[in-house]
Amino acid sequence: MIQFENVSFEYEKGKTVLSGISFSIGEGETVGLIGANGAGKSTVMKLLLGLAGPGAGNAGGSRTEGRILVDGLEVIPRNLAAIRRKLGFVLQNSDNQMFMPTVLEDMLFGLLNYGMSRQEALQRADSVLRELGQENLRDLYNHKISGGEKRMAAVATVLAMDPEVLLMDEPTSALDPYNRRIIIDTIRKLPRTKIITSHDLDMIYDTCSRVILLSGGKVAADGSAEEILRDKELLESNRMELPLRFQR
Amino acid sequence: MSQNIERSIRDLREMDALSSGNSAIHTVSAGAKLLVTVVYILTVVSFDKYRVSGLLFMIFYPAVLFAVSGIPVSTCLYKLRFVLPLALAVGIFNPILDRQPAFSIGSFTVTAGMISMLTLMMKGVFSLMASFLLVATTRIEALCGALRKIHVPSMFVTLLLLTYRYAAVLAEEANVMTQAYSLRAPGQKGIHYSAWGSFLGQLLLRSMDRAEELYSSMLLRGYHGEFYYAQGRKSSASDFLYAVLWCALFVAARCLNLTQILGSAVMR
Repeated sequence: MIQFENVSFEYEKGKTVLSGISFSIGEGETVGLIGANGAGKSTVMKLLLGLAGPGAGNAGGSRTEGRILVDGLEVIPRNLAAIRRKLGFVLQNSDNQMFMPTVLEDMLFGLLNYGMSRQEALQRADSVLRELGQENLRDLYNHKISGGEKRMAAVATVLAMDPEVLLMDEPTSALDPYNRRIIIDTIRKLPRTKIITSHDLDMIYDTCSRVILLSGGKVAADGSAEEILRDKELLESNRMELPLRFQR
Repeated sequence: MSQNIERSIRDLREMDALSSGNSAIHTVSAGAKLLVTVVYILTVVSFDKYRVSGLLFMIFYPAVLFAVSGIPVSTCLYKLRFVLPLALAVGIFNPILDRQPAFSIGSFTVTAGMISMLTLMMKGVFSLMASFLLVATTRIEALCGALRKIHVPSMFVTLLLLTYRYAAVLAEEANVMTQAYSLRAPGQKGIHYSAWGSFLGQLLLRSMDRAEELYSSMLLRGYHGEFYYAQGRKSSASDFLYAVLWCALFVAARCLNLTQILGSAVMR
């Protein structure tokens, strides 16, 4: 489904962010992308979404080597519309994702942009909210809902577009334990290919079967969550710690 | 200062809430309301500067809209609190410049300048009220859609819409920064002028970061430079009737002195 083939990237000359990373993610896999600050997680996401690198025409003097493929399509400007149709991205800051006045309007935004009729779009939005058990959010104003509700609404907004791959950036940051648990349960139930970046390794352990550990712009480890998240030496040598549950 | 910004953010959001109502006026198509508002303002400003009684009838339109939409007049006056004084100040020098006597009430002589000042004030207030009622009963997206329908350039409409949306983002960032500043400058009113440069620079950078994320979020959901609202909903026969009736009434009010006719009818 997703392939990074020996991808190197620098935002400006001499400042390498990723160097020669390769991995592929199959359909239906849930992969946790972990690493210390500056390891390159966000850049991987941006490259995949075409917000930086070849998809964005290597704007701002950036330079990319290697190829990134989504469902066989190379991430280049020509393929961007088709690729973005397949990807759904939940931003870390839901306030920056929800720019329409109400949750429903936000859910409709993408659907109508893709040419769906208002009637169909409304049905889709309602069905997603029902699936998530969040019907109560439908007509609420985005600025009046809590952080947890906002995160659920952001997930609903993206799921309404029925993406084949769901990308999530720090889905549990700034959430209280109750809302964190709800998000984790929701992620687990979603039958899609998922890529999650987070420093919350307990959440990664709960939701992902596979983990890719990035360090200094390189893939330091790629394997099962069970194996990598229990490897104290590996994690600590890459400025990470064992998930809390394994520290006791 | 922080409270002022918070109030501004609240004001913006209140306008969103007002425009999301479901009164009979809210359900009229944005295009019809836009047309009626434009014709109304043009009619109001076209009145002769001494025709107070004719102009007085034009209050009928905002009065009906306030009554039907359920929007309190006080809300309108509160939202327009900064611009209303300007509208009222427009003709303030007329009584000095034009001292020709018009008529007398007892020993008090009313000059032509006083009358023209009054009409100018009425024109300003009525036009502002009509504009407020348009925005308060129409979603900004629907309004932009109506503007696109009358072929206002896409670039301008998108700019208008995004400015409206980003205004809140900018205000939120300004609010966070002002709070952070005041926490480290207790007892100080406002922001010291020596910090204005860096404050504005930081505000711009932070807003740009947020705006970039918002824009990315739009792009990732299929935004391609034209809001889908541009398609809008089709106007129905009732929208057409709404526009025609109001416009006909405005033209009648402009050509005939409806206030006088109504007054005479009542007196009879």
